[in-house]
Amino acid sequence: MALIEAKKLWKEYGDNVVIERVNTTVEQGEFITIVGTSGCGKTTFLRMLLGIEQPTRGELLLNGKPFPEEPGEDRGIVFQRYSVFPHLTVLKNTMLADEFGQSRIIGKLFGDKHKQAEDKAKELLESVGLTHALNLYPHELSGGMQQRLAIAQALMKNPRILLLDEPFGALDPGIRADMHELILGLWKKTGLTIFMITHDLHESFYLGTRLWVFDKLRLDPDNINAYGANITYDIPVGKADRTTYEDIDQSLDKSRKILIK
Amino acid sequence: MKRWMNLKPDVFGRAVLGALPFIVIIVIYIIASEARLAENPRDKLLPSFNSMATTITNMAVHPSKRTGEYIFWNDTASSLKRLGMGIGVAAIIGLVFGILNGIIPFARANLSPIITVISLIPPLAILPVLFIVFGLGELSKVVLIAIGITPFIIRDLQAKVLELPKEQLIKAQTLGASTWLVIVRVILPQILPRLIETVRLSLGAAWLFLIAAEAIASTDGLGYRIFLVRRYLSMDVIIPYVAWITLLAFMTDYFLRLISIKAFPWFHSTDK
Repeated sequence: MALIEAKKLWKEYGDNVVIERVNTTVEQGEFITIVGTSGCGKTTFLRMLLGIEQPTRGELLLNGKPFPEEPGEDRGIVFQRYSVFPHLTVLKNTMLADEFGQSRIIGKLFGDKHKQAEDKAKELLESVGLTHALNLYPHELSGGMQQRLAIAQALMKNPRILLLDEPFGALDPGIRADMHELILGLWKKTGLTIFMITHDLHESFYLGTRLWVFDKLRLDPDNINAYGANITYDIPVGKADRTTYEDIDQSLDKSRKILIK
Repeated sequence: MKRWMNLKPDVFGRAVLGALPFIVIIVIYIIASEARLAENPRDKLLPSFNSMATTITNMAVHPSKRTGEYIFWNDTASSLKRLGMGIGVAAIIGLVFGILNGIIPFARANLSPIITVISLIPPLAILPVLFIVFGLGELSKVVLIAIGITPFIIRDLQAKVLELPKEQLIKAQTLGASTWLVIVRVILPQILPRLIETVRLSLGAAWLFLIAAEAIASTDGLGYRIFLVRRYLSMDVIIPYVAWITLLAFMTDYFLRLISIKAFPWFHSTDK
């Protein structure tokens, strides 16, 4: 059975159609990169996977059951910003997941359990390269380090699905390349299913196993919200070539010109 | 020459400029006081610094002949106790309901309208009601301060909770937190420094309510003393008392800020 399945999925806000009739299936272990113009439903789709938005029509299934209507432990998230807790050090930020899980009243661990959570967090922080920053607060970290922390934090729960909402959008190109390497390494090691939104088409072409392009097939320039977006390209990344890249680039450009005036 | 808006004083210049108004006021006072005293040595309106110092020293180091208490310290202790209790109660209630309203939409829908209405009632207008219900003792004064500033604290903290990035709250949920755990591990620790900020902002109002309550019905306290000696035109008591209250207010504010910086370094990372 597929891990995630969308059947004739629609999302509308009143007259504003965001997503229109999306059909797709995703298997465990896929790494899907999502590109698309702003306003083409890629973030909305991610929010539905997260559980903070619900489809208005059609079905979105997780293991054959409708998606939970709130965020849960099986789906980790890294946002572009604000996904770490400013009042906790790097180590405490990471340990928090275990403290939530094992201490339901005060949310703090002591003694052996504290030690276990700390060791686990340290191990994860080592794998994202933050061992030297254990006792720093997030405001003392660079943007790239904060995102590494957010990833380590999410991995503490061993989620089956990791959602990345333009996680590297605010980073410098050089640091972004490091982050790509990091996320690919973690993905290969853990067998996670990853959805990553990016607006960098180049990035989406060599990261991951599958590329989705969210775009509006029909576009009424006078009423851009009349039709929703769909997955217009769904291609395995290994097979993508130069022509496909240019095709996508052109089609995205076309709708960008209409949508963003 | 540069534009005035681009000229900045250096450290020394700032200190001098800042001190200047104080010096001017003190000098004007001394001149005016001496002029009046030269004409009439028994003038009560602008007492000399000497006579103010003598009066306050008398009140601070010599026990009162009638009651055997040190009036100055007794007044200070009574007032600070009332103020502390009023603010403490307001802070605790404000913290609980501010967080609740901020994070739980059902609580907000239920409580926000009533809190808004209560916050619009002028607290001094219901002071008589408090005296009738709680008597003329300590309780009514503490209640006045609490009623006066609690709605402000609740509304301010509610807004602060709503300002926390949604991303954080979602992230906490994906890490397995219940509503309760989000409150104790994510919201409460981030709201505490903001509570200190809010309390600092409400100190002025708290003093106002304290002095008002003491002026109307009390047997001790800084506000009581000022209004008592007004009958005898005792400016030599009133002026030092007002200065003392100002100093106490300043120190409270200063120490709250110090505590916040020490306890929540991450919160003050952006200020210099």
